[in-house]
Amino acid sequence: MENNTRKKEVKVGQLCQLCHCRKAVMKRPKNLQKLCKECFYHVFETEIHLTIIKEKLFYKGETIAIGASGGKDSTVLASIMKTLNERYNYGLNLVLLSVDEGIVGYRDDSLATVKRNQQQYQMPLEIVSYKDLYNWTMDEIVSCTGVKSSCTYCGVLRRQALDRGAIKLDIHHVVTGHNADDMAETVLMNLLRGDAARIESSVNVTTNSIGSPVKRSKPFKYTYQKEIVLYAHYKKLDYFSTECTYAPEAFRGTARVLLKNLESVRPSCIIDIIHSGGHFKLKPKRIRTNTPKKNIPQNTNNNNKNKHNNNNNTDKEIEIRPDGSVSIVKDGNRCERCGYLSMNKICKACILLQGLEANRPKMIIGESLTSSSDGAAKLSKTLEGLSF
Amino acid sequence: MVKVKVEFLGGLDQTFNGIKNLKLEIDGEEPKLIELINKLSNEYISNEKDFEMFIQEGTIRPGILVLINDTDWELEDKEDYILDDGDLISFTSTLHGG
Ligand SMILES: [Zn+2]
Ligand SMILES: [Zn+2]
Repeated sequence: MENNTRKKEVKVGQLCQLCHCRKAVMKRPKNLQKLCKECFYHVFETEIHLTIIKEKLFYKGETIAIGASGGKDSTVLASIMKTLNERYNYGLNLVLLSVDEGIVGYRDDSLATVKRNQQQYQMPLEIVSYKDLYNWTMDEIVSCTGVKSSCTYCGVLRRQALDRGAIKLDIHHVVTGHNADDMAETVLMNLLRGDAARIESSVNVTTNSIGSPVKRSKPFKYTYQKEIVLYAHYKKLDYFSTECTYAPEAFRGTARVLLKNLESVRPSCIIDIIHSGGHFKLKPKRIRTNTPKKNIPQNTNNNNKNKHNNNNNTDKEIEIRPDGSVSIVKDGNRCERCGYLSMNKICKACILLQGLEANRPKMIIGESLTSSSDGAAKLSKTLEGLSF
Repeated sequence: MVKVKVEFLGGLDQTFNGIKNLKLEIDGEEPKLIELINKLSNEYISNEKDFEMFIQEGTIRPGILVLINDTDWELEDKEDYILDDGDLISFTSTLHGG
């Protein structure tokens, strides 16, 4: 195009630091390397491929559901999964799985994007709706509870909806577009509210809750938001970008602003935070039911002795999970109401829905989920951790 | 005077009354990008609360990607880039939901 009247010469310093022949268009936040478009595509795609290989995310012939929202992350994920599956012969069957929360104006447009993605990537698409699963749309829930707790509800319901959608298709592995920024944000959130127990698990590339039939993976664990946006932009991918009508999680917003400010000073901080999060290990707490007053061993010698004892008394033990809840049976528990796998007698979604039906959601949740009922902060803390 | 094109992407159009594309004329012989940024924030943001969605501490808010003819502005002197006729400056929010 004859756009530029004075044609600018490309100086040596402006060349791509990989191929040394084309003009660099972007600077990688991870290592400040300046790359041209072609080299950026190559590095971006290869890095995700290496994560997939190193973490052994998939096996040949596996059917994978891609959690698709129409947003930039999941759109790039669908595109990348198709590209890598063909290039490296993963042998995967890829399916798009979308959740229709029932938010008029927001979800309608984003689902239209997912439907175009279905055509563009030639993948089957399954849409599961809150209305069908729970007989409530998000719009109805918000009109009942107010905007403030909408993300809490939506998170719990969405997680289960994705699982149910996958099971409906007989798929046992869902990949989501959570990226490095999301993970670092979650680490910061857990750190800031003192929830040390969640830090380590929040950076897992794959999560497989005990007994859950659906595994979750995050191939973008090491992928920066900035690069995802650039990739979508340069490849002209069709994505939808409007914030949910209902307020985003306020606390996540705080963590995001903090992270973006940190990143502008030191871009590698995102990977650094994920790395640190992964090394945050807590000793599992155990108490024995027959001697409940005995405390946790103080040093390693005691620890070993106790380990020996514990081995003899495993069935008398109860485990205290990081969130403070107690498991009596290890796995395979099912919700009494809906049959969904749940640690508790009634699953989180059913508790929320029960509350909605009674039109007094807050009180009922407070009683059911927190041992000491010290208000909404603890409630949302407990619930936020459930979604991811 | 220099004529440039401006794009607001990734949901940033909401900060600018839904405007996605703009054609603008910037006065002066060799106007810098900061002059365009100031013009945009002073003349095109009607809601004062939206100001900080675009500007923070005198420059573009972290988390907004600035591309000059598809090149990351970090490779082009950022605010001091000298605008040229026909330049396409795009602002993309990376902060909106994924
Ligand atoms: Zn190159
Ligand atoms: Zn249930």
